[in-house]
Amino acid sequence: MRTAKKMALAACLFFLPATSMPQGVDPTSLAKPLSDSWPTYSGDYSSRRYSALDQINQSNIKNLALAWTARLTAGFGGQATYSISSTAVAPPTIVGGEAKEAVQVGGNFGNGPGAVVGAILEVNGILYMAAPDNAWAVDAQDGTVIWHFFWKTKGGTHVGNRGMGMYGDWIYFETPDDYLVCLDARTGKERWHKEIADFNQQYFSTTAPLVIGNHLLVGTGDDLDAPGFLQSYDPETGELQWKLYTVPMKSGDPGLDTWASLDAASHGGGQAWTVGAYDSQTHLYIFGTGNPTPANVTPTRGEGDNLFTCSLLAVNVDTGKMAWYFQTSPHDTHDWDSTQTPVLVDGAFAGKPRKLVLQGTRNGYFFVLDRVTGEHLLTSKFSESANWAKGVDQRGEPIRNPEKDFTVPGSLVSPSNLGATNWPPPSFDPDTGLFYICTNESFSMYFLMDPDPREVTGLGGGQEVGLGSLGTSIEAVDYKTGKIVWKHMFNGATATGIGLLSTAGKLLFGSDPMGNFIAFDPAKGTPLWHARIGQVMNAPETYRLNGKQFVVVSGGDTIYAFALN
Amino acid sequence: MRNPRIEIWKTVLAVGLVSSIAVGQGVAVAPPVQAPVAVGRGARGATSAYPAHPPADPEIVDRGRQLFGVNCSFCHGPDARGGEGGPNLLRSQVVLDDQSGEAIAVVVQNGRPDRGMPKFNMSLTDVQTIAAFIHSFPFRGSEVVPQSAVMVGDARAGGVFFNGAGKCASCHSVTGDLAGIGDKYDARTLETRIMMPGRGRGSAPVQLPPSTVTVTSPSGEVVKGTLLRIDDFAVSVTDAKGNRRTFPRNGDSPKVLVNDPLQAHKAMWQVISDDDIHNLTAYLAAVK
Repeated sequence: MRTAKKMALAACLFFLPATSMPQGVDPTSLAKPLSDSWPTYSGDYSSRRYSALDQINQSNIKNLALAWTARLTAGFGGQATYSISSTAVAPPTIVGGEAKEAVQVGGNFGNGPGAVVGAILEVNGILYMAAPDNAWAVDAQDGTVIWHFFWKTKGGTHVGNRGMGMYGDWIYFETPDDYLVCLDARTGKERWHKEIADFNQQYFSTTAPLVIGNHLLVGTGDDLDAPGFLQSYDPETGELQWKLYTVPMKSGDPGLDTWASLDAASHGGGQAWTVGAYDSQTHLYIFGTGNPTPANVTPTRGEGDNLFTCSLLAVNVDTGKMAWYFQTSPHDTHDWDSTQTPVLVDGAFAGKPRKLVLQGTRNGYFFVLDRVTGEHLLTSKFSESANWAKGVDQRGEPIRNPEKDFTVPGSLVSPSNLGATNWPPPSFDPDTGLFYICTNESFSMYFLMDPDPREVTGLGGGQEVGLGSLGTSIEAVDYKTGKIVWKHMFNGATATGIGLLSTAGKLLFGSDPMGNFIAFDPAKGTPLWHARIGQVMNAPETYRLNGKQFVVVSGGDTIYAFALN
Repeated sequence: MRNPRIEIWKTVLAVGLVSSIAVGQGVAVAPPVQAPVAVGRGARGATSAYPAHPPADPEIVDRGRQLFGVNCSFCHGPDARGGEGGPNLLRSQVVLDDQSGEAIAVVVQNGRPDRGMPKFNMSLTDVQTIAAFIHSFPFRGSEVVPQSAVMVGDARAGGVFFNGAGKCASCHSVTGDLAGIGDKYDARTLETRIMMPGRGRGSAPVQLPPSTVTVTSPSGEVVKGTLLRIDDFAVSVTDAKGNRRTFPRNGDSPKVLVNDPLQAHKAMWQVISDDDIHNLTAYLAAVK
């Protein structure tokens, strides 16, 4: 519990002058619109992923060329590889972790444990990036690796790492075996680590910690009937400030009447495994929650909505109390997390200026809400193929069709388990007023394999067999109407989740499923420039250093930086 | 993804709940897994690794089942997954944190009066025996629905759809390319492959017809062949002579016409009902 004294201290810290943090991140800078640096997960708190940089623009995009690459080595460290006979020294590898021996785990869906799939921070000329159990600092000017940190893991689900958070000179990341690790950004040396979730309950932690004032917001994940929660830590000391469960944990908790029992609710999932957006005027942090559990075989959950899973939640960062919620998938039955990045937009809606939040969710639906009150304003389908709902109810929430659950004879459902979209972030361009999102119009057969709900935990009891996809596309959605203004369909392969970036240079950066890094015309969706780098593994970002604008993107274990020739 | 550890658990589960005769068989098939960490124990296969309990002596597990049945099953259910008032133990934090009865013993021997659980005058050895039984269960659930249960459709209606509205007969024939298909696949694989050839978990591989492509360059050159790959910026073709040809693409130039022989299956996804799918499955399953 926080005292008034602590509140006052928080206020002081929040308004510290920038001069006291000459090297690192001044937390107040995170509330500014995105421009020269990329100091937090989405660049800034709005999650629009819209940069004011315009040195690279439509008129000169044809001159965008490779500036450098940085090859990252995971594990106990690599060698300098400048040339065969180089005397260059390998960057130092600092080793941490609670395990005596690092447990070997496959990871990142076959892309190797060294793949960077999340956000890369850029602060004062240095890039910071992470993969499961690994973190690196890289010179933003030329790609030189400065240090590497390796965490000897106890195990856990190694599905990916979504990035780091930074406060002053301290930098933070989460590990699959559920530690929050604080490093000195200048050296990569560990300051402290804290256990943030119970490994034995099979929590695994992938989220990028988010700094808001003197709060460090930390989410985690789980696939085994454990309750979801969001925690706030003191970024200096690692002391827990508050913990918000996303499902009812005791009698009297709100939402309990939407579950069969307290036992069901407190094992009901709703994990907070991605980063949300923050409104610094209302102090509301807005984030999406994951699927209810058991995910596929649902009678033990009851027939209710299963609050607050698959919902957008607004929480006051000072108190850790929920201000409002909106459920985007009531009683989800397909493991379609609603953790997709919410995007804050100040714009007109129905002729009036509004403070809005937009979200396109894994179930194929797009939502517009008032972000101060949570009032529902609009629901539309951004995935035309989604066939699991009967329609939208008076609350603006999709109505699940039980015939499209996992069934014994099999149900043909779009989207597949991976969803109409997934966690790679969308973008909003205030110049066009359009919301950009990747969608994959995939279909699967969903077979119920275990009819006894008592038997089933986590993701068990069902067998999903993928059929394929009608195609992957990037769509531009008019948030005022929900209409799709343009849709750029990719030929060839398909993918779920393409991260996006828009800039004041009238450019929309993204990628295709064939490994091309692409700049589109944000007004029409026409490709204007591309570079085939083989695979594109994260959402592109941009920064300006020494007068030059760079665009960076991950190819897995290699970071590619582009600048104008 | 299958992994041996889950299979062992299933065996132990069957042993514990079904018959004591199976005990010997269970022991015989279980390889000695002593690793403290089971890769893939979690829900995400090879990307996950969580601490596992080494498999206990089946006789101890069986004795644990008996002790559990007498003392615990009234509240927690015969399979420990919850019963009259007692919660599902398999996903309880106490059980997940427990190694070999030490954490469970604290609850059993002291009770949880605030939640209505009485304390039990039970030796640590007996609690350890019960713990071995509880720890022998698999997570997730089993895949126990038989293939026959999938077959709910009306074969006659499936035949009408095949030859009529489904337009299947415009490409396929049950006496031609589909002759004997009912013998080739189990029900789920057959159903899945009706929707998309080559998909599903069945073992028999399917030679899928490749997409073909015609590339017409501005100069009028026409190259036809097998499509190797395509994106917005290039198209690669194996031409009639077996050579790989890659053409850069710039908008509509050159003209690229792709023919996907499976397009009719994809088009079906958006219009077919689940009833029609089940009827088609029943119809084709009878094609011997």
